Amino acid sequence: MKKFTPVKIVIPKLRNATEQSLKKLSEKTIAKTVSANNFLTDISDVLLFIIRIIKETFSRNFEFKEFLHQCFKIGYKSLPLISITGTIMGLVLTIQSRPVLVNFGAVTMLPGMVAISLIREMGPVITALICAGKIGSGMGAELGSMKVTEQIEAMEVSSTNPMRFLVVTRVLAATLMIPLLILYADALGIFGSWAGANIKGDLNFVLFFSQAFSHVKFIDFLPAVIKSFFFGAVIGLVGCYKGYNAGRGTESVGVAANSAVVLASLLVIIVDLIAVQITDMLIL
Amino acid sequence: MNTSQTDTFNNASFKMPSGGTVIEINNLKKSFGEQEVLKNISLKLFNGENLVVLGKSGTGKSVLIKCIVCLLNSDGGKINVFEKNVTELNRKELGELRQKVGFLFQSGALYDSMTVKQNLEFPLQRIKKNLTKKEIEDKINEVLENVGLADALNKMPSQLSGGMRKRISLARTIVVDPMIMLYDEPTTGLDPVTSDEISSLIIDVQKKYKTSSIIITHDIKCALKTANRIIMLNEGEVYKEGKVEDFKNSTDPLIKSFFK
Repeated sequence: MKKFTPVKIVIPKLRNATEQSLKKLSEKTIAKTVSANNFLTDISDVLLFIIRIIKETFSRNFEFKEFLHQCFKIGYKSLPLISITGTIMGLVLTIQSRPVLVNFGAVTMLPGMVAISLIREMGPVITALICAGKIGSGMGAELGSMKVTEQIEAMEVSSTNPMRFLVVTRVLAATLMIPLLILYADALGIFGSWAGANIKGDLNFVLFFSQAFSHVKFIDFLPAVIKSFFFGAVIGLVGCYKGYNAGRGTESVGVAANSAVVLASLLVIIVDLIAVQITDMLIL
Repeated sequence: MNTSQTDTFNNASFKMPSGGTVIEINNLKKSFGEQEVLKNISLKLFNGENLVVLGKSGTGKSVLIKCIVCLLNSDGGKINVFEKNVTELNRKELGELRQKVGFLFQSGALYDSMTVKQNLEFPLQRIKKNLTKKEIEDKINEVLENVGLADALNKMPSQLSGGMRKRISLARTIVVDPMIMLYDEPTTGLDPVTSDEISSLIIDVQKKYKTSSIIITHDIKCALKTANRIIMLNEGEVYKEGKVEDFKNSTDPLIKSFFK
């Protein structure tokens, strides 16, 4: 009889263990199903948001005055920041790459190399990331606080379509202004590169620019400009989506701004990767 | 009804009902997930009256008036405004309805990025599109004088006190000559003196602009001063409806807890 006693104890333990592990498994499954469901809901919300923006963009009562105001805010008010970062971008790139090129005896390639890398990759991506931080977070915080303080609802009861007035104007302004800011940053980057080249050498301004642009072709500009429009659209969309769909408390304003920056930056990198792949397949 | 109101109103598809009932709500239901906020609300707002809706926090008072202007969609029941069911209106008709219904938000909801003048111009330029620049300016000055803040024209909302924000918000609502006013807790967060001033303004607006109003509040002083009729909500249902005196003389413990 004593020999069988441990068996009697083990069976319930095993049963308990099985029940517990099954319970844990079902809890995990439910949690994963819920998060998958939330993810799919988010995706469908974003798609519906984009469809609404497209629909409202082509509606008759386009808010042109507000669109111009947003172009001024996004474009003109970002100029100081983009000027500084653009110039430093070219300057640093030149200072870092000059010694290597000297070692290879290819210092004359410096202007062309800097110009191509700025125009094709560094200018668009770094400027877009800075814009994601400045413009994306600004939109997220502004629309988020408008939502929390019932300003969006107040707009709605004033017979104004808040989607058309707040979202469409911002997304379109970002889509138009960010490519212009990127071109401006490219130009200042090349200027910064000339300044960098003159720290240790003596290079004539006209000679530097003629050397730089002798290597740059139209095909270097085109993909960069096209992807810049997508960067602008992504930054505008994410900023507005996060702000417009912010929660009710004041905490949600911070969350909206923060998540707008994180998601916009991530999407800029992903769009860049896709653009590079497409360019690689089609052109080079 | 003043002349400008009559002109606009007759041109619109919303007609003043013959029976004098401007809002009629029947069996309104609204839930948020599992939580049933409005269970079975039925009420009427008659032309020219101030109807106060009383109740504890969370009884669905604000939800009720947001359903009237379709800021929230109801789950069931009927909301007739000027004899039209608002739940069946298309976007254009809803826009027309909202021109007739002014909504004073609890927070004031002034546009932070605009001056007081721009805040008042915003609805005017969109609702009364045929007004000239001079007429818009005159209208803005008139409503600002009516709320006693004629000198606040070029101030930003951040430069205004809580009471001033409420007044400007009220001015922004009445600037388009609404026929119905919905006040969402107009005196919340204000000191007793300013609360009394806002209550007086509500009565002035009723007299001057001939509006019919629903006033959501749990401020008894405001309710007693402004109400022609009171409805008390409790747990998503109409608990009691009657004249001010009926509530004052009631022996019901819940009502007494409000009126003591």
